[in-house]
Amino acid sequence: MDQDKEKVGCARPTGSVVGASPKEKSSKPEEQPKEESMVQVKAGGKAPDFQAPAYHQGKFTSVKLSDYLGKWVLLCFYPGDFTFV
Amino acid sequence: MDSIFTHKIWDEEELSKMVDGGIPFPMISDGAGHLGKVYGVYDENAGVDIRGRFIIDPDGVVQAMEILTPPVGRHLDETIRQVQAFQHVRKTKGAEVCPSGWHPGDPVLKPGPDLVGKVWKVWKPK
Repeated sequence: MDQDKEKVGCARPTGSVVGASPKEKSSKPEEQPKEESMVQVKAGGKAPDFQAPAYHQGKFTSVKLSDYLGKWVLLCFYPGDFTFV
Repeated sequence: MDSIFTHKIWDEEELSKMVDGGIPFPMISDGAGHLGKVYGVYDENAGVDIRGRFIIDPDGVVQAMEILTPPVGRHLDETIRQVQAFQHVRKTKGAEVCPSGWHPGDPVLKPGPDLVGKVWKVWKPK
């Protein structure tokens, strides 16, 4: 887990849904799954899993959606910090 | 979209003045829009994630999604209402469902042959 936290550079979908067994990982960036082949969100379907850097209560951390299995999750996107709406 | 560093300053300088103790949940950075793309909210022209909101249940299933363009904000009461409704349905294993305009405490519907064509008798929206 701590190792994962250090490795997360930018937000990355895993390419599969939460709870699915992870696809074989490759260290070469060009062999990472292409976005077109990644699972897309669908109402009634399992959420696309991801790992992403996050700020949480004074600390920098990493969030993996599948770590929240067993809880209700509200996932919100918005255009930008310091914008008005 | 913003970096975790910008999130920190935004939380410290502005949001903590609107919410006691600052933002209690993790603020994710999706700098390159990778998450926005798989969640269908990435605007290629503007290079930003637009306003998207997803309710994900404890099994990881997306039960609701709402997507707005930037100039109009969400209404948190409606989000909470939907979470409460989905939680009720889940608690009853789908035996009870929540009709339009439902709030906690309102009558629920029990789908079955006896209810067909009779919803008007039990559900009177305001």
